[in-house]
Amino acid sequence: MSPSVPLQEMIRAIRSARTQCEERGVIQRECAAIRAQFRQTDNGGRSHNLAKLLYVHMLGYPAHFGQMECVRMIASPRYSEKRVGYLGAMMLLDEKQDASLLITNSIKNDLSHSNQYVQSLALCTLACMGSAEMCRDLAPEIDRLLRSSNSYIKKKAALCAVHIVRKVHDLGELFVPSARSLLSEKNHGVLHGAVVLITELCERSPETLERFRKTVPDLVQIMKGLVISGYSPDHDVAGVSDPFLQVRILRLLRILGRNNEAASDAMNDLLAQVATNTDSTKTVGNAVLYETVLTVLDIKSESGLRVLAVNILGRFLLNNDRNIRYIAMTSLQKIVLTDHNAVQRHRGTIVDCLKDQDASVKRRALELSLALVSASNIRSMMKELLIFLSSCPPELRAQAASGIFNAAERYAPSKRWHIDTILHVLTTAGGDVRDETVPNLIQLITNTSELHCYTVHKLYRALLTDISQQPLVQVACWCIGEYGDLLLKGECQETEAVQVTEDDVLDALEIVLQSHMSTPTTRGFALTATMKLSTRITDNVDRIRSIVSIYGSCIDVELQQRAVEYNALFKKYDHMRAAVLERMPVIQKNSLGQTNGELSEEPMKESQPGKVKQEETALPPQPAGQVVDLLDLLGGSQEPLQPGSSVAGSASTQLTAAPTSAGGDLLDLLGGFEPTPLAPAPTVTVYEKNGVTLTLSCEQQSESGLTVTLTASNSTDSDISGFTLQAAVPKSVQLQMRAPSTDCLPAHGGAKLTQLVVLNNPNKVNLKMRIRVSYTCQGSVVQDMVQVDSFPGL
Amino acid sequence: MIKAILIFNNHGKPRLSKFYEHYNEDTEQQIIRETFHLVSKRDENVCNFLEGGLLIGGSDYKLIYRHYATLYFVFCVDSSESELGILDLIQVKPCRFDTIGYCLLVFVETLDKCFENVCELDLIFHVDKVHHILAEMVMGGMVLETNMNEIITQVDAQNKMEKSEAGIAGAPARAVSAVKNMNLPEMPKNINIGDISIKVPNLPSFK
Repeated sequence: MSPSVPLQEMIRAIRSARTQCEERGVIQRECAAIRAQFRQTDNGGRSHNLAKLLYVHMLGYPAHFGQMECVRMIASPRYSEKRVGYLGAMMLLDEKQDASLLITNSIKNDLSHSNQYVQSLALCTLACMGSAEMCRDLAPEIDRLLRSSNSYIKKKAALCAVHIVRKVHDLGELFVPSARSLLSEKNHGVLHGAVVLITELCERSPETLERFRKTVPDLVQIMKGLVISGYSPDHDVAGVSDPFLQVRILRLLRILGRNNEAASDAMNDLLAQVATNTDSTKTVGNAVLYETVLTVLDIKSESGLRVLAVNILGRFLLNNDRNIRYIAMTSLQKIVLTDHNAVQRHRGTIVDCLKDQDASVKRRALELSLALVSASNIRSMMKELLIFLSSCPPELRAQAASGIFNAAERYAPSKRWHIDTILHVLTTAGGDVRDETVPNLIQLITNTSELHCYTVHKLYRALLTDISQQPLVQVACWCIGEYGDLLLKGECQETEAVQVTEDDVLDALEIVLQSHMSTPTTRGFALTATMKLSTRITDNVDRIRSIVSIYGSCIDVELQQRAVEYNALFKKYDHMRAAVLERMPVIQKNSLGQTNGELSEEPMKESQPGKVKQEETALPPQPAGQVVDLLDLLGGSQEPLQPGSSVAGSASTQLTAAPTSAGGDLLDLLGGFEPTPLAPAPTVTVYEKNGVTLTLSCEQQSESGLTVTLTASNSTDSDISGFTLQAAVPKSVQLQMRAPSTDCLPAHGGAKLTQLVVLNNPNKVNLKMRIRVSYTCQGSVVQDMVQVDSFPGL
Repeated sequence: MIKAILIFNNHGKPRLSKFYEHYNEDTEQQIIRETFHLVSKRDENVCNFLEGGLLIGGSDYKLIYRHYATLYFVFCVDSSESELGILDLIQVKPCRFDTIGYCLLVFVETLDKCFENVCELDLIFHVDKVHHILAEMVMGGMVLETNMNEIITQVDAQNKMEKSEAGIAGAPARAVSAVKNMNLPEMPKNINIGDISIKVPNLPSFK
């Protein structure tokens, strides 16, 4: 015990202060006394004063006047003074203070001191607060100490070396040989330090990593020793021999085996051994197992081992400790794409975790479950997911809803199931779905003509129960407007018939129109639906007329406009009413953001109502159920660019039900903006391979409109035919490809091919384009892809 | 690496603060306050890991802590200590048990052995000794030694060295500690004589 009675007295005095003010007073007096004592040259109780100062510093009071005293104490020959001096240095000095340089010499001397404890003090201080200059000066000393025969010193020197390497990366080279030789030590402390040092060196420099790969057999040997050896009282922690060292070695093996076949092979057996022999009933064992699993999954291990690793994670999922379950799921998330089948085996447990109390566990379980949905388990998984949706915490709802939609779109076993699922989600979590759900659902419904009757009945019933979920109400209104006649007919194969009168339907729509829960968009839907019914019902047309005319003076401008226009339809254009309001055509499975360039057969229709809309329309669900997500450029989607089906490249007919459309689409056919001929604009070559060159130039047409010209030329010796370009852009950007000038490129650059691409970027997102080139040359088909990240002139 | 090791009591008063990265004094105090805030409002049943939040200096950090009676022992480690990475901020995440957690345990047990059933007062009055013990366990932000016996051996050896140096000036202290270590048979701590009055006889004949 250090003779620190004066320190204790001071502490007592400080503690007896009853208020903050009193305490400050006591401390000020003490600090004054300490300062006075420091000024005296020789003083038997110097260490006490510094100790007192350090206590004061810990409480948060300024203590910088003690810095020079620290320097003096460190230089003293007495051990007790050195001890306190070094402690003070660690607390008060740092790189920014000039005084720190003054202790460099003392540290240097102490590093060669005969007493190991003095050496250890110096090492400790250097490792704690050594600045870059100090490290540079003293690195050779540390290297010498790494070779000493004293394990205590070697252990400390190793960690000091780690600090030096962190501060001054170049010095890593210096320590490589000694680090290598430390691996043959028996002392666990030294081994631990050595492994940490080697890990640090390998992380810093790939060349060093290469050199240390040769140590893999040695590391494997050491690990084997730890795992197989019997009980060793020095290092045993709950039955596992020195888990710290094991964990460190496993981490180092992970770094060494990454991306390297040979090293990974050398580790395979060991990892299998550790995985099977480690006791997993205690948390310590689980820690080692977890590191093993991470290592197995990160290196190039053989498949049997990977399956073993996934099974260990599966075991973790059943563990009572929530922490361990959470960890396991996080790790499974990382590998679910690569080792899909192995993870599928644990699907049941993962789905059970959806019911866990903890929000973070739930989130992980949700992400994993969504990743595990496949065509074979879609029905059962969806059941679970829908149950989850009804009880999940609000912050997870949006994610769950969109995940369910994606899964349903990809793997729906039948249309009716798909529609049912979407309706279920809208009823449960309608407030959290994305905006484009409504047009997506409407498109889906129109495409399923056989289920129109069923759908409209179901929606009508849903509308009667609850009008608070806006997306549901919007879809319901739209359907009632479109298929009202089917509703009124009453009979339906799929669901039991219910007698609905015209008045009932109009009542329902009117309730929506008048309810305070309906947003303006919803009311727009309802009004349009009411109008459409005027051609589908027979008796109550007058009622509809009166409703429409009432809204002619509505405060909401959108509704007013619609009502006025509908009124005009009744009055002046009554002859047109039937034609205008007839059943909508099936909406094309196409969207503005995705199109192709195969326009050699079908020239672009310029008169399409290519009115600029803000929202995206649906992703086309391909018949095979595979969603082509071209628009996810930034996620680096690997899906091949699909040629758009049916109608080539035309801007799709805008859905009248588009929520944010500026009203009266029926009566408002705008032409698309005409592309102006391009003035010479800066060009950039985006693709040049095998003699085929593709250049790009662009010109800003309007605030968000842009015309891009792609020019291709062929400088090879043979002709190229069937040259096509396909393009994809980020989601919110709209793209139209005009017909190319030709699809043949004669040899030797005889003629060029140009193709215009019209882009509209209303959200001003970072514009990127992925272009796929395909052509036939000398009988073989060539395909290539290039991504354009920056556009000249933009 | 370990950024800081803090011990504070239930009211947030620091009993030990060791930083392995340099911060100026105000920042250090702020870190102590912030850590106390985060740790004190946690439920006893949730796990002892706290993720997220920004240590002053902008780096992400984790707190691994244990609550013993009136003291919180906290290790602030940076996120590289565990592969989990940083997840949502603020929300408390359960994560795996950590080797650092075990190190914390060893630290507390070592203190217990060195001070004989350590209590808060021991830490208050012997801060320097606690620092020396810690220096044997954690160096430069990395775990140095976890074998309790080894640590205690080294600490004892160093203390002996210091004592032997003290020379004459240390004699009273040595006497005190000698008496303390004396192996006296069990003495009754409380001699309750009761309420008797002891009469001292007046014996003039013995003058």
